[in-house]
Amino acid sequence: MSSQHSHASGADHKHANHGSLKSYIVGFILSIVLTLLSFGCVMSGAVPHDLILPGIVVLCVAQVLVQLVFFLHLSAAPGQRDNLSIGVFTVLIIAIVVVGSLWVLHNMNVNMMHPAPAMSLGNAG
Amino acid sequence: MFGKLSLSAIPYNEPIIMGTLLMVTLAGAALLGWVTYQRKWGYLWSEWFTTVDHKRIGVMYIIMALLMLLRGFADAIMMRGQQAMASADAAGYLPAHHYDQIFTAHGDIMIFFMAMPFITGLMNLVVPLQIGARDVAYPFLNSLSYWLTAGGVVLIMLSMFVGDFAATGWLAYPPLSELKFSPTVGVDYYIWSLQLSGLGTTLSGINFIVTILRMRTPGMTLMKMPVFTWTALVTNILIVAAFPVLTVTLALLAADRYLDMHFFMNELGGNAMMYVNLIWIWGHPEVYILVLPCFGAYSEIIATFSGKPLFGYKSMVYATAGIGILSFLVWLHHFFTMGSGADVNAFFGIMTMIISVPTGVKLFNWLFTMYRGRVRLTVPVLWTIGFMVTFTVGGMTGVLLAVPGADFVLHNSVFLIAHFHNVIIGGVVFGCLAAMNYWFPKAFGFKLEERFGKYSFWCWLVGFYVAFVPLYILGLKGMTRRMNHYVNPEWQPYLVVALIGAVIIMAGIGFTILQLVVSVRNRAENRDLTGDPWGGRTLEWSTSSPPPFYNFAVLPHVEELDQFWADKEHKRAYKRHAHYADIHMPRNTGVGVFMGGFGTVLGFAMVWHIWWLAAFGLLGMVASFIARAYDTNVDYYVPGAEVEKIERARLVPSQKLVEHVDPASAGQKVA
Repeated sequence: MSSQHSHASGADHKHANHGSLKSYIVGFILSIVLTLLSFGCVMSGAVPHDLILPGIVVLCVAQVLVQLVFFLHLSAAPGQRDNLSIGVFTVLIIAIVVVGSLWVLHNMNVNMMHPAPAMSLGNAG
Repeated sequence: MFGKLSLSAIPYNEPIIMGTLLMVTLAGAALLGWVTYQRKWGYLWSEWFTTVDHKRIGVMYIIMALLMLLRGFADAIMMRGQQAMASADAAGYLPAHHYDQIFTAHGDIMIFFMAMPFITGLMNLVVPLQIGARDVAYPFLNSLSYWLTAGGVVLIMLSMFVGDFAATGWLAYPPLSELKFSPTVGVDYYIWSLQLSGLGTTLSGINFIVTILRMRTPGMTLMKMPVFTWTALVTNILIVAAFPVLTVTLALLAADRYLDMHFFMNELGGNAMMYVNLIWIWGHPEVYILVLPCFGAYSEIIATFSGKPLFGYKSMVYATAGIGILSFLVWLHHFFTMGSGADVNAFFGIMTMIISVPTGVKLFNWLFTMYRGRVRLTVPVLWTIGFMVTFTVGGMTGVLLAVPGADFVLHNSVFLIAHFHNVIIGGVVFGCLAAMNYWFPKAFGFKLEERFGKYSFWCWLVGFYVAFVPLYILGLKGMTRRMNHYVNPEWQPYLVVALIGAVIIMAGIGFTILQLVVSVRNRAENRDLTGDPWGGRTLEWSTSSPPPFYNFAVLPHVEELDQFWADKEHKRAYKRHAHYADIHMPRNTGVGVFMGGFGTVLGFAMVWHIWWLAAFGLLGMVASFIARAYDTNVDYYVPGAEVEKIERARLVPSQKLVEHVDPASAGQKVA
């Protein structure tokens, strides 16, 4: 049925290209490199302890971008406008959820989690 | 062998539950016996259970919603009864554990199994017809969504008779919902029934986004879509963005309970507040998921019955989209008292006040649509006007609660209860009943009785105020929610009045049932042969009532916002075509029923820790899906000749009708 309707929303529904062998191989290698780097970041011991968490977060975001671009063919090309705008909306929602949660819980911890001595003195009840 | 399940799971010693079980068993047996006696099983299976027709799935959703409304309301009136009695020395008639389950089940059933199926049903029924499509984008997925939701219903209903339900409040906050504090299977029933129905809801969300974006009839650009379809689009985007958060949150809670994880405990770095935070990131968009399609329905109704185009269509669309984005920025107002500090609370308080602006825009649009229109006071219009008044009151108490300082006083009080019932009953329930009265003739080909519809409306409206104004007052006096007993005898008179209000609402529900029964019995008198009983404006009214299974013999071409209205004005409507092409349609399939059934088995087995049965349910689901994936016989063509025959049978008499009566003035007589 969808074939009968595919012209419905006008000319913006042209199928974009589905990638080439080269782009798939580049994406594949990048994914593997990023995965190995993530594991290395945690397991090698070469990275200072404070940098492990930010490190794997950055590598994780890079991994998501690589997969979106090389495997799901997200781009700014005209045929991809719909997907791109939905992608941007998704990023917005994820940003709101992640940043918002961090903000809310961080502030709660600052306000409510008194250091241990203060708790035994003033907040025991 | 049977995990935690034994015969002692059935609460023999609770007379109220056993009485209910007896009634449900008798009524169920009577229904099954009647269907068997009438030899309707084959018909039900092949025409309804296995259907992939969006209209029939929509009808099944709405029947489910109405049944669950009865269950949810039974819980409500039991709570009102308990609170009217249990003052000072009196203990009331409900044991505390049972009472706690009732208020939990009331909330979950009303939101997940009444309101959600109702709006999903309406979207199913209306959206493809409004955009000139022949079905949704993924008809099988649609059937699967329905049966997964039905699986959730089975689990939550079963929990009453086998084991117990959560006694935690409708969102099951930890640490109370953790295994240590809720050792029975109640919270597990909660988790698995919501996971099943939540999966179904997410799948329908995807289905409708694709349907609306890809299957609009030629010429219908986004800004020529009817408003109901616009609200449905935004709602489904919210569903796809928000429901995964619920699924993950409940999965983490399940991991705590089943695998001894500590996501939401104080031990080992867990944080119960994270659950509260996550569940409301889903929970606040959910409120708008429910109310936006109702806003869409009100818009259609008020434009149709005022005989005017909707005032401010574009502002309506932008307001809807704006609400969609803003709904993700207000969740903290559900827990101002958690202690995130003044700056966090101020931000979310201000965002909450801002979100009331687009809602206000909509309200003025509806008022201006009625202004200088010829408003016909039919049942759907009564619901709409009742909504406009009631929802405004609820919106204002909401803005009051958005002030963090005021919220610290009113948090968890019955003032809050009154506020959200004010917006959910005034917005969602009124909207669903308005929409049911409005689109019923489209689904079945005959109108609902006006008289009992009006009785129902007045009972609901008056009953609502009698039931909830006392709660506003009690909230200001300091009464907290969820109390099965209180010591202050001053509160009792208010709660007795609230009980009377609930009884008036019960009369309203009774009149709705009576309205349905009487309308079915007198259907010959209320028959609508034109397909356009109200003088409608949008495409769904251009086809017959009920529409043929393929909806449109020839896909309509759209050039204007209210295309069907323009066609009628220019005498282009009800065109006979010289040639009808073959129509490509999906075939019915029982796979959705099987997958929903196996899903229910999986959920039940997980609740009771019957691992072999859980594996059986999961494998059954996977195997059914694989079998479906290899089935190539999923569609067929309706020959053009057959389409022509069906269309002839409809168009010849209806054209005669149109020659005699102008459809717009035919609708006028309704008033």
